[in-house]
Amino acid sequence: MTTTVNIRLASSRVNNSLMNGDTIPHLFTPGEVITTITAQQNFMRGHGTYGEDDIIKASVAGCLERVNKLISIKPLKSRYVGEVGDVVVARIIDVQQKRWKVDTNSRLDSVLLLSSVNLPGGELRRRSVEDEHMMRKYLQEGDLISAEVQSIYDDGSVSLHTRSLKYGKLSQGVLVKVFPSLVKRRKTHFHNLTCGASVILGNNGFIWIAPTVNSEVEGDGGFTQNLTEPVARPEREVITRLRNCILALANCKMMLYDTSILYAYEESMKYRIDELLHQEAIFDVAFLTQHRLRLHDE
Amino acid sequence: MSGHDLISEQGLRLDGRRANELRRIQCKLGVFSQPDGSAYLEQGNTKVLAAVYGPHQAAAKKSNHEEVIVNCQYSMATFSTGERKNRPRGDRKSQEMTIHLRQALSAAIKLELYPKSQIDIFIEVLQADGGNYCASINAATLALIDAGIALKEYVCACTASLANGDIPMMDISHLEEVSGGPTLTVASLPNSHRIAFMEMSQRFHLDHLPKVLKTALAGCKEVQVILDKAVREHLAHVGSAGDWQNVGK
Repeated sequence: MTTTVNIRLASSRVNNSLMNGDTIPHLFTPGEVITTITAQQNFMRGHGTYGEDDIIKASVAGCLERVNKLISIKPLKSRYVGEVGDVVVARIIDVQQKRWKVDTNSRLDSVLLLSSVNLPGGELRRRSVEDEHMMRKYLQEGDLISAEVQSIYDDGSVSLHTRSLKYGKLSQGVLVKVFPSLVKRRKTHFHNLTCGASVILGNNGFIWIAPTVNSEVEGDGGFTQNLTEPVARPEREVITRLRNCILALANCKMMLYDTSILYAYEESMKYRIDELLHQEAIFDVAFLTQHRLRLHDE
Repeated sequence: MSGHDLISEQGLRLDGRRANELRRIQCKLGVFSQPDGSAYLEQGNTKVLAAVYGPHQAAAKKSNHEEVIVNCQYSMATFSTGERKNRPRGDRKSQEMTIHLRQALSAAIKLELYPKSQIDIFIEVLQADGGNYCASINAATLALIDAGIALKEYVCACTASLANGDIPMMDISHLEEVSGGPTLTVASLPNSHRIAFMEMSQRFHLDHLPKVLKTALAGCKEVQVILDKAVREHLAHVGSAGDWQNVGK
């Protein structure tokens, strides 16, 4: 078997910056003074700022956000900061008493309480000691789940729940990790794309691509994993193409949401799936997608 | 080579700089996709890569309820110096460097914001040509900013030395380092005029110390301006590719 290897010099690297002549909002960098007259105007310090003798300074690099008197600086990239109601894709890292420890790419490990999952079969009752013993049968270390943020604890860690049939254990598919800030907050994060795959855009930057299943609701609370039935090759090709498109958009720092992914998928059709890993193709797809999105906006 | 001809009669140094000039600094943020933040920095021929992971959950043993644990690892590539030599990570020189890096970076990070967490900073010197510590600090600052970690302000480092017995020189290269003069390394928070770290390779005469220190601090200020420009350029590129939607414009 022969493989083609593409080696390029650092000097012939593709510049994949999609910068355009737009106006740039005022950017703040750490240590920069935001406002000096706190006392008179009674500004409140939000995230990304700190006070030093009546002066508010920025502590991260990003843009100013102001809600009435609250001033905060939002960095363009950071770890996932949970908000109640966010959809996340997460990985179980530990099974403990009455709860699972879950990795959501946030500052601290998240928890999924036994009392905030639907029991298999959809039974509604108090969780007994038997359920505690059964926990590893429901979800074990390494399993991927989709869940929703239920609450945020004082220390900033996140508590999840899967009390809806759309959440639960994920079975066959592909996980793509991007920076959390690249996923756009929308009303819905579950998409059945017209190209023949479904995507879960986790707010925490974990994206799950899976073959579309016909949505007959089974009353099992999402604990069944179908790992035996093979996925047909055309479906797998759609999934890999989607994965490469998402990585291409992320590589060029473009926002990810249903429309941008679909446009990128359509623009990528002129390339073979493996060609989408080349820098030229990545940039071309991202550039065309951005162009279409802008036309769409106008 | 003796100490007195580090600066020629025309006032130029061995590499053609004047006494108060920095070497060219080129830097880039976000060079990797796997770490939370990363940066590459060239200061003259000194080339450094920095990667930041975290803040993430600290191991239960080390976990601190008050503030974040800063974990550094400094290493030099086998091919980084003129003489090819395998440098294990745990050797004394890197360990010392690691401790010094952690001291300076902890001074800038707002530690109290991330209790029970840990920040890992990995620094790799690809080419060493003097001022490794400075280049490492400057690259680590950029990587921390790229990771969106809250800093009080930039922490910048610069070296200074004394030429011809009384002229202070900024940003010492390897050639000047080995040719004998005492070198002062300073990491400072330039806005608040605070010094996070200071080290001398040899003794200075007390009369010379103030002016050498002043030169080094002036160097830190200049470095900050360069880093700030790089950060702003990077933000503009990233923000405009996403049409500033992630910051809610």
